[in-house]
Amino acid sequence: MSGSGQKSTHRTIERVARESYGRLVAYLSSHTRDVASAEDALSNALVAALKTWPHEGVPQNPEAWLLTTARHSLIDLVRHQRVAVASEPTLLLLSEESKEVTLPAEFPDERLKLLFVCAHPAIDPAMHTPLMLQTVLGLDAARIAHAFLVSPTTMGQRLVRAKTKIRDGGIQFEVPHERELPQRLDAVLEAIYAAFGIGWDDMTGVDQRGRDLAEEAIWLARVLLQLMPGEAEVRGLLALMLHCEARRAARRGPDGRYVPLSEQDSQQWSLPLIEEAERHLAEASSRGCAGRFQLEAAIQSVHAERARSGRTEWVAIMLFYEHLIRISPTLGTRTGYAAAVAEAKGPEAGLVVLGTIDLGSVSGYQPYWAVRAHLLQRLGKTPEATDAFDRAIGLAEDPAVRQFLLQRRG
Amino acid sequence: MQFALLIFESPEAFAARNNDETDPYLGAWRAYHKALVEAGVFVGGDPLEVPETGTTVRLTEGKRRVQDGPFADTKEQLGGFSILELPSLDAALDWAARCPAASVGAVEVRPLAPELKLRITG
Repeated sequence: MSGSGQKSTHRTIERVARESYGRLVAYLSSHTRDVASAEDALSNALVAALKTWPHEGVPQNPEAWLLTTARHSLIDLVRHQRVAVASEPTLLLLSEESKEVTLPAEFPDERLKLLFVCAHPAIDPAMHTPLMLQTVLGLDAARIAHAFLVSPTTMGQRLVRAKTKIRDGGIQFEVPHERELPQRLDAVLEAIYAAFGIGWDDMTGVDQRGRDLAEEAIWLARVLLQLMPGEAEVRGLLALMLHCEARRAARRGPDGRYVPLSEQDSQQWSLPLIEEAERHLAEASSRGCAGRFQLEAAIQSVHAERARSGRTEWVAIMLFYEHLIRISPTLGTRTGYAAAVAEAKGPEAGLVVLGTIDLGSVSGYQPYWAVRAHLLQRLGKTPEATDAFDRAIGLAEDPAVRQFLLQRRG
Repeated sequence: MQFALLIFESPEAFAARNNDETDPYLGAWRAYHKALVEAGVFVGGDPLEVPETGTTVRLTEGKRRVQDGPFADTKEQLGGFSILELPSLDAALDWAARCPAASVGAVEVRPLAPELKLRITG
């Protein structure tokens, strides 16, 4: 085969691996609950594809080919373990071995169950996001570790431990019952949003860790929406992330300087992403019952409106925050509310809101100090402002943000 | 538990020490130190003089061998350390990431070894 043909086969394998990874892992592990073995089997199948497809051509249904090959590999894996552990599901798998393994053109999409397993309350919340990134999207431990600022070995060990818990801890592959659903879905949404948050905070632009993770999070939300098209909060989360993503290019000046939202050139925002976000948000709000992510998306939607109107409706933002605080009184929400109140009613009013936040809870929370510094400066309270700027600078992780605050402090 | 943040700095970062008080790197350090103290996690720590001032001593076969310069000949050199009292490694990594040296050099996070200390100090 020619070099270019080989290259295109490799690209096909990469694409199929990316698009089908989660579906295959979910299907292969849904009965055995053994995610690690399913991943091993799939990676064996991908290695086999890399060996045979360049010579024999890409099969008609690549996904089915991978599934069949992975199943054979899984059966081999189980056969090796059968003496040691012969659980009911593995015996079932072995009994199917005698039957001819047919090429299934269609197999059920079990990714939703896998997402709920990854964000199960019995799994350490800190591992929800890494598990999703690995099992549903196929990211390797080293890349996940990089994003989470831990060593690859540590992340690898944590992932193994979490998967052992899934296999041995009696966690079922199922979509939660209706009464549990809101809370369980919330955990899934939180985990996806956490991945986006890591990507969002990391704006150094030097490495790609942030950007990629934000894209992966949007991909995960799209998968989830495809599986649960009727859930308004899923659309809310997707709308929120798309609104933020739309502004990515505007967040940095040509020299790499940090540009705050209020000073961003709205011409640089991505209109197609904003329009897509608006469509999801409209669809979500038509279902009534505004949840946390829809409200956050609505706030971003008001900001996006500036691209059309040239101004920001701070009163609308303030009102959305008031609603948001009632259902999600987090530090972030309360700080955002204070900033909105300051814009709508003046810096003193904003400071009053900040004053209601317990000081003990903000010693490590950078945005609180940045907002506080900004408001004090607007009031001409220079010594207090300098003090707050120092705290904000000291807690800043992004060098560009640090630089921005240093300049503002003067 | 206590962690040491070992601050490894580039030659440029060491050179910035000679600048006046408006230098952004020094300004970032002042703010970072303040944040550590205000958060109640700072136990101790100090900057070290520039690596060129280091002198390394080895005793081989009873003979004292003195070398002008730091122990390791690397681009990034130890420039100081902080000891922090924190609940977890994750918290220590958060503080390491905020350290101004993290974006121009590297910050190594190491737990202190209190048990070993006890065995040595009795």
